[in-house]
Amino acid sequence: MTVLDTAVDMTTALGSVPLVSPVLTASGCSAFGQELEPFVDLTALGAVVTKSVQLRPRSGRPTPRMAETPSGMLNSIGLQGPGIDGLLAGELPWLAERGVPAFVSIAGTRVEDFAELATRLRGVPGVLGLEVNISCPNVESRGEVFACDPVAASDVIAAVRAAADPAQPIYAKLSPDVTDIVSVARAVTEAGADGLSMINTLLGLVIDPDTMKPVLGGVTGGLSGPAVRPVAVRCVWQVHAALPEVPILGMGGIRSGLDALQFVLAGASAVSVGTAVFHDPSATARVHRELAAALAARGFSSLREAVGYAHR
Amino acid sequence: MTSYLTTPAPKAEQPPVQREVEVLSARPVGAYVELTLAAPDVAERAQPGQFVAFAVGGPMTANLLRRSIALAGTGPGTVTVVVAPHGPGSTWLAERRAGDVVDVVGPLGRPFPLPEPGTTALLVGGGYGAAALVGLAELLRSRGSRVLAVTGAADAARLCSVEELGSVADRVEVTTDDGSAGRAGRVTLAVEELIGESGVAYACGPMPMLRAVADAATAAGVPSYVAVEESMACGIGVCMTCVLPVVGEDGQTRFSRSCTEGPVFGGDRVRFADVGSLPWDVVGAEAMGVVRP
Repeated sequence: MTVLDTAVDMTTALGSVPLVSPVLTASGCSAFGQELEPFVDLTALGAVVTKSVQLRPRSGRPTPRMAETPSGMLNSIGLQGPGIDGLLAGELPWLAERGVPAFVSIAGTRVEDFAELATRLRGVPGVLGLEVNISCPNVESRGEVFACDPVAASDVIAAVRAAADPAQPIYAKLSPDVTDIVSVARAVTEAGADGLSMINTLLGLVIDPDTMKPVLGGVTGGLSGPAVRPVAVRCVWQVHAALPEVPILGMGGIRSGLDALQFVLAGASAVSVGTAVFHDPSATARVHRELAAALAARGFSSLREAVGYAHR
Repeated sequence: MTSYLTTPAPKAEQPPVQREVEVLSARPVGAYVELTLAAPDVAERAQPGQFVAFAVGGPMTANLLRRSIALAGTGPGTVTVVVAPHGPGSTWLAERRAGDVVDVVGPLGRPFPLPEPGTTALLVGGGYGAAALVGLAELLRSRGSRVLAVTGAADAARLCSVEELGSVADRVEVTTDDGSAGRAGRVTLAVEELIGESGVAYACGPMPMLRAVADAATAAGVPSYVAVEESMACGIGVCMTCVLPVVGEDGQTRFSRSCTEGPVFGGDRVRFADVGSLPWDVVGAEAMGVVRP
């Protein structure tokens, strides 16, 4: 820890679970944390937010899976992953042995899938809580993303809250691709979500002018990176204004400490750094340092004082 | 179960580092630019077959994805790469000059596995891919191997590392598609002639060439290792964009990351014909709704 860090109290929480840092990885952007070990002290992160896990191993989509876009990228991975058995046997013990807190992202195609995943993760060492990915755009039925419908979204969240370990907070990950994100946020909160993760990627499309066909094998993909940051900050702002008591994990294009500060001022009590890690594998540690310095420079003695400050 | 001539390449001995490094020299080489970087921490860890990933465009860049480029060689405290400018990122890199600073992560990926000392090795490079074989050629020679090299490209300007390979290898064959240098035709012309006297083959270059070399080697009963060039967003194993269908040691095909399970794969283990599709027998295809026909 640097001198600057000690000047500002950077501790925060996910629901009832305390965190040493407000900076986390973002689901799908740091795999399961292992690859970042050469570049950052994983134990100094708020948590590693894992890539979304499903019940069964998934191959993901065929390539090409990504296209670079202005200040961002489009991806169509399709939730490639080891499945819950693989995660419980391999990645989670690896994190737990090192004392790295894990916030496990879960995904499924049916309400029961989510509930079963939550059951399997009860009491697992090192698992702080669950991020419920009801908003991945790279699923088979793109028109049926749970988070686009308040009723479907709250069905999933209610089932997960009922099945999950009571000590593990559950955060609903919301999609920005909705007309009224506040109504979805309100529905999932009433269904039992302890907090909200905002935002998932925006659905996008890139066409190759040479082949005159979509670049991605999956045709459409999720847009991430600094290009989406104003959309994300707007979502956090709107939801915090409507539901000021609901904790928010903010993400979407955070590249620097000042970017993270925007999310905090809008109402996020923690942030995830996602696509920026592709550009800079040590981005999470740098964002923590820069955020601490930015808070100190603005006279805050703690992160908590700054949460939602822009609304006051 | 099908038997394979290769075993998957083991992981590198040392983890990568991230450093801001100075460009020592930039030298035009035909259609390419050879950059030499003062990067002692990368150089001391590097093994032939590995690559480095560059941030491009400077601190304010809107191009966020790393550019992964094979290591062409290492010197005392230095590493060399050959940049082929084709998009905005590689063009920016190719415009770097002595004294400029770049952010580099490396060495990344799995190095070429080495054969028993003394084994005759065939090295095949396509375009700037030949640069990645120079360090390997030196290492093989130091271990008593006879080194046969083939380098090919579309035309003379796109050939690479011919002199460097010539100074190390026992024999160098050059081919160009248009006949502007060496023999007219593809590298396979020379590969077919030399594979019979080789105990192992290595290749780096475009995918169709890797496939041709791997097929020729496998047909001759010779193990081959190919270093693939897939587009990667991160280079370090977290983005999952650079996957290829590759048969593992257990005989199962997985979408394997070119950055961390590769870039060096057993040539007989890459399912070249299935790149860009999702075959039913890839682990986890069933969960994607792809079932056995």
